[in-house]
Amino acid sequence: MELTKIDKDLLKSIADLHDIPEGAYNIRKDGKLVSRNTSANIDIVTKTDKPGIDIFIKDGTKNESLHIPVIVAQAGLHDLVYNDFHIGKDCDVTIVAGCGIACGSEKDSGHDGVHSFFVKENSRVTYVEKHYATGDGTGKRVLNPITNVELSKNSYMKMETVQMGGVTYSVRETNAILEDAAVLEISEKIMTNADDYAETKFNVDLNGKDSSTHVVSRAVAKENSKQVYISTINGNNKCYGHTECDAIIMDNANIVAKPEITAKVADASLIHEAAIGKIAGDQLIKLQTLGLTKKQAEEEIIKGFLK
Amino acid sequence: MLELKNICFSVRENGKTKDILKNINLKIEDDKFLVVTGPNGSGKSTLAKVIMGINKPTSGEIIFNGKDITKLSVTERAKLGISFAFQQPVKFKGITVKQMISLAAGKEISVVDACKYLSDVGLCARDYIDRDIDGSLSGGELKRIEIATIVARESELAVFDEPEAGIDLWSFNSLIKTFKNLKDKYQCGFMIISHQERILDIADEIVVLSAGEVKTKGTKQKVLSHLSEIYSTCSKLDDEEVK
Repeated sequence: MELTKIDKDLLKSIADLHDIPEGAYNIRKDGKLVSRNTSANIDIVTKTDKPGIDIFIKDGTKNESLHIPVIVAQAGLHDLVYNDFHIGKDCDVTIVAGCGIACGSEKDSGHDGVHSFFVKENSRVTYVEKHYATGDGTGKRVLNPITNVELSKNSYMKMETVQMGGVTYSVRETNAILEDAAVLEISEKIMTNADDYAETKFNVDLNGKDSSTHVVSRAVAKENSKQVYISTINGNNKCYGHTECDAIIMDNANIVAKPEITAKVADASLIHEAAIGKIAGDQLIKLQTLGLTKKQAEEEIIKGFLK
Repeated sequence: MLELKNICFSVRENGKTKDILKNINLKIEDDKFLVVTGPNGSGKSTLAKVIMGINKPTSGEIIFNGKDITKLSVTERAKLGISFAFQQPVKFKGITVKQMISLAAGKEISVVDACKYLSDVGLCARDYIDRDIDGSLSGGELKRIEIATIVARESELAVFDEPEAGIDLWSFNSLIKTFKNLKDKYQCGFMIISHQERILDIADEIVVLSAGEVKTKGTKQKVLSHLSEIYSTCSKLDDEEVK
């Protein structure tokens, strides 16, 4: 299957890809495999019991990347996929996922990706997931990703999720279980506009001794959009947890932030922060004194905030 | 050249009108280093904000290079070449020092240019260009970066609102050096709001404000020679104003 210009534009937006990537990859379009490449250390196998793939990364794989973008261009299609990532011991890998939807009709289009990570001891994983939707159709553009993470002893995962407008409806769910000395850093950037609805739910269980997590969300809600942020951290051992939601609200938008921390032992150290507010007046004035209009100043502030 | 003609600025407070600036007449000539001083509450910062357009005067005219700018917005005045350094530099999440200087310069600047502007204010560019302008920077660092954005604008008139506020003594010594350097290097009008004698000392002209009025103005030699006497009178006047 050939990639169209729209497909390539979507790939650029969600995975910074200008063409077929180097290294291991699996490109899926409209529920079907377009192209796949494996490497000596990264194997990709199609599931036989349900849609999706199993990815096996060998012990000791270092400085390798894996791209698994998904494109939904077919009107009315709601793609569902289960991807399991089995990451061996002592690895250091980057995984770039993401979904791009091009909706040009009145029919709804969507993608639900259920991603499960099983990270073995002493491994480091950077996981980047971008969501982007475009098109002038009136159909809803729907994305409902579920990410399940199991971090073994002394492993590390950095998860960056980005959703920059165009997605009409999304409910993101992330569940993580951390063993001893495991570290999970989650950074979410999200912008909604028009009548979009975006909900994110993070649930992190700090089960291991000296495990830690930072869950940080930066959000901008414009026009009539609504966002809900729910972050739950459970400190079940001597651990450190921090959750932060920082949101800019504009126009007639609506934002709900519900950080929740639960300590079940005395050595659990947990912090939550949540702030919602409009763009500060002095920030706008400062940029206006540099010659920017109010609108340009707003754009610069949002661009920086969501950088 | 900037000229203020009969500038008045009033606010409503508890149902009463309070005059913050009363008939200010002032000229700020090109290439001059003018320092506006006076007791707290004398209207200095308001005057600076009126010039930048952040506060609009109740009456009076502001003429900049022969053009009436009284009704122009902050953005329009900035485009004409007026710049403004805040007393409390504004912090931004996610905007780096290099990006801010680029916004000030009106174009994407190179690392070499960023280095030039930052070294003008005594900072080593490599340590700062990629840092966000946020609470991780000290008061002195923020102040110097604020000044660097003014330098990058290459404006015709640069207004500084109490540049010494909120910085430690070490940073203050550097600040004086910075201003001396800027004064020698850049041919533009400077208006500095300040209480600091050492900033007054590098002024070409000094204006003393008290209770919203120009109490005296003139050369540094003229004003400094009897500044303590003026300050003492000003304080009495301000006390009476408060009563």
